[in-house]
Amino acid sequence: MQGETILKMRGICKFFPGVRALDGVDFSLCKGEIHALMGENGAGKSTLIKVLTGVYPKDGGEITLDDKVVSIRSPQDAQNAGISTVYQEITLCPNLSVAENMYIGREKDKLVKWKKRNNEADKLLQSLDIPARANQQLSSCSIAVQQMVAIARAVDMDCKVLILDEPTSSLDENEVAKLFRLMRDLKAKGVGIIFVTHFLDQVYEVCDKITVLRDGKLVGEYVIEDLPRVQLVSKMLGKDLDDMSDIKSEATEYSGEGAGQDVFQCTELCSNAGIKPFDFHIQKGEINGFTGLLGSGRSECVRAIFGADHVTGGTVRKYGKPVKITKPIDAMKNGIAYLPEDRKIDGIVADLSVRENIILALQVMKGFFKPFTKAQANKFADEYIKLLGIKTASADTPIKSLSGGNQQKCILARWLLTKPEYLILDEPTRGIDVGTKIDIQKLVLKLASEGMSVTFISSETDEMLRTCSRLIVMRDRKVVGELSGDELTQNMIMNTIAGGEQQQ
Amino acid sequence: MMQRIKKMSDTNLLLTITIVVFILMYLCAVIFLGEGFRKPQAFLNQFNNNAYLIIIACGLSLVMITGGIDISVGGVIGLVSMTCAVNLDLKGGNIVTSMLIALGIGLAFGLVQGFLVAYLDIQPFIVTLAGMFFARGLTTIVHTNPINVKNSDFVKLRTTDVVIPGLGAENKRGVYIDATIEIGVVIALIIVLALFFMLRWSKTGRNFYAVGGNQQSALMLGINVRRTKFLSYVMCGLLAGIAGYVYFMHVGSGSPSHAQGAEMNAIASSIIGGTMLTGGVGNIIGTLFGVLSLSTIKDIVTSSGYDDPWWTGITVAAMLCIFLVIQSVIMAKKHAQGASDKKEKQAAPASS
Ligand SMILES: Nc1ncnc2c1ncn2[C@@H]1O[C@H](COP(=O)(O)OP(=O)(O)O)[C@@H](O)[C@H]1O
Ligand SMILES: [Mg+2]
Repeated sequence: MQGETILKMRGICKFFPGVRALDGVDFSLCKGEIHALMGENGAGKSTLIKVLTGVYPKDGGEITLDDKVVSIRSPQDAQNAGISTVYQEITLCPNLSVAENMYIGREKDKLVKWKKRNNEADKLLQSLDIPARANQQLSSCSIAVQQMVAIARAVDMDCKVLILDEPTSSLDENEVAKLFRLMRDLKAKGVGIIFVTHFLDQVYEVCDKITVLRDGKLVGEYVIEDLPRVQLVSKMLGKDLDDMSDIKSEATEYSGEGAGQDVFQCTELCSNAGIKPFDFHIQKGEINGFTGLLGSGRSECVRAIFGADHVTGGTVRKYGKPVKITKPIDAMKNGIAYLPEDRKIDGIVADLSVRENIILALQVMKGFFKPFTKAQANKFADEYIKLLGIKTASADTPIKSLSGGNQQKCILARWLLTKPEYLILDEPTRGIDVGTKIDIQKLVLKLASEGMSVTFISSETDEMLRTCSRLIVMRDRKVVGELSGDELTQNMIMNTIAGGEQQQ
Repeated sequence: MMQRIKKMSDTNLLLTITIVVFILMYLCAVIFLGEGFRKPQAFLNQFNNNAYLIIIACGLSLVMITGGIDISVGGVIGLVSMTCAVNLDLKGGNIVTSMLIALGIGLAFGLVQGFLVAYLDIQPFIVTLAGMFFARGLTTIVHTNPINVKNSDFVKLRTTDVVIPGLGAENKRGVYIDATIEIGVVIALIIVLALFFMLRWSKTGRNFYAVGGNQQSALMLGINVRRTKFLSYVMCGLLAGIAGYVYFMHVGSGSPSHAQGAEMNAIASSIIGGTMLTGGVGNIIGTLFGVLSLSTIKDIVTSSGYDDPWWTGITVAAMLCIFLVIQSVIMAKKHAQGASDKKEKQAAPASS
């Protein structure tokens, strides 16, 4: 079913102030093929798509559609040329109804026939099993449904090229399966599909070809059979594979002053977030972790330690001496730092610069009325931008224009700057690419070998196994076991989560 | 009840609130203040006195729905009535030339301001603030002193009333007097209807809502955002020109102090009528009721014996506050409910 080339992009360049987002990128798409566009966060995938669809003007290069050079100046032009797009961020209007969002901007009639439109929309929603009504206001739908509505709009258009930029990030398995069925149908009809995702499984399930980008440059175009997963990952990272294998054995253990001594010790700690009272201790230079299913109370435990929830009982000792931690600021003054799970809500201040985001916590501890001098702030920011390899144009860039992984590093920098004795990381690697993940894991091991105590929480158990030397297992908001040494295997964790109590 | 509210779109919900509040308010006035409000003509006078306000409030609603603002409309009214007065009485113009002048002035303001806002991305508040000062300044340049227009054709036109059959009443001496409205009211009502249909059924009208809801999304959905914004300012300017002529017919004179602060009354009416300053939500029928509510409350205050101007000012301020609070409380409640629904839905498959 694969036919002639319909879309060709040659030498595409796009510069943002201080960033070469795209630098001479080539891309071509054939009829009836599903073509994956891969790369780490910030590689330039979304930018390529926005240049193609006229959201951003291009700074160089040429786009041909059906062998004709085209100039696409706006998403409207792109639609008229037969390119339909689901962008990475949801680009629908919250104040309009679901049906309107599906049809607005692409109708020929001057007048809106509400009945007909609502009926058509309802039919389409039904055929795709989307749980929404046509005349419902979009803002009353969940994010996943909104994403499905955007997809429904795109696939309903009579298009030659369909672009899906990370459409699966907010969908569950069933919805993804539905989407794939849809994509295969369209492929059979000869539509060329560009598919961006960072789930490798999904790429190998539906795609025919892969184009890899790295740092705004083209790495290459490959047929899927010729590119095994490991190679794809190493192409995306630009690193050799053994880089990623066993990082734990390389790390040295901390052996300085106070090694083996408990830094913090909690007894019968509980909070109003509904966890059972638990005991906890952590040694100097140790990395431990909380594991368990989603919702088992992992985050609530560390929030209680940090004082982020209302603590309702229990005692905390630091080096054996009782301390009182009821508010996050108490915890910070006692040398605890906490990187929260949801960086969008608890973490970044989107409109402030990278520098201001980095010095924020230290500033809070110092007090807002004693600001740092510009030179001091710059020194701190530059030091940590270099240490963590944060990819940003400058320390003045607003943090919101950084990719997710780099935002995460900024928040990490914020806490490291306070020189904590005890660092709590709650899902520090969620939603960021493989390369940054490994960077963060390595960094954690390095910090521990220098004497910092770290608690690491992650939904990916292999990541926990790679970094932690002791795991605390939780089930139903209760600590149900502790694993260390030889017990640290996937199997043991599963057993303990599933009901290891009987075996003990 | 809550279920019904949740199903309504934001626009319809706010419209309902406005209409209900207006009816309650007018009923109270009829019951407690009697005389002045009981006759049908009293109700019609709300229209007669505020036809121009209805028209500019409609224009402002259009602009506000697309997420913008236009505070030059009061100035445009002043400029139009002064220029038309000069044209008719000093330059020997006739009704047709004066009307063309009114439309021309409005259109010119709309085109220039629309271009600056939509194509050069300048803040609408700043652009139209400049427009307001410009119009006021120009009015004084055109003529410094008030002019009472004596052109006979025009006087005939402005005193022509439309009789509404069946609503007349007897006066104290028992003579039957017809209920009448001015020509301006007819124009205003036609505009209200036309805009209502446009916003509800035309592609352009729906684009206004999309652009106001989320400009970036509207662009990505394939809407020509710049043209849509431009159009809203052009229409608002044109409506200000028409409103200027309607105002001119109502007062029959030109003066630099005409329609001072009309833009603020229009914005207030539009907000009371359920248009949100943040854009994307609003309704022309609501705007009509917004104007009526505003003028009724003013009349209520004056006829209860507080006829100093500051009392009306304070009452209008209070009313605006109350409306905004009601609106935001109900909207917050509605959206909070929506959100909790979502959570339940998401939790359900996870726990099974
Ligand atoms: N609007 C923008 N302004 C400035 N920089 C941007 C903008 N959009 C993207 N960038 C930068 O361009 C690069 C590529 O980003 P993007 O295309 O979003 O990556 P991807 O989609 O592959 O994760 C990043 O370094 C990002 O910070
Ligand atoms: Mg992207």
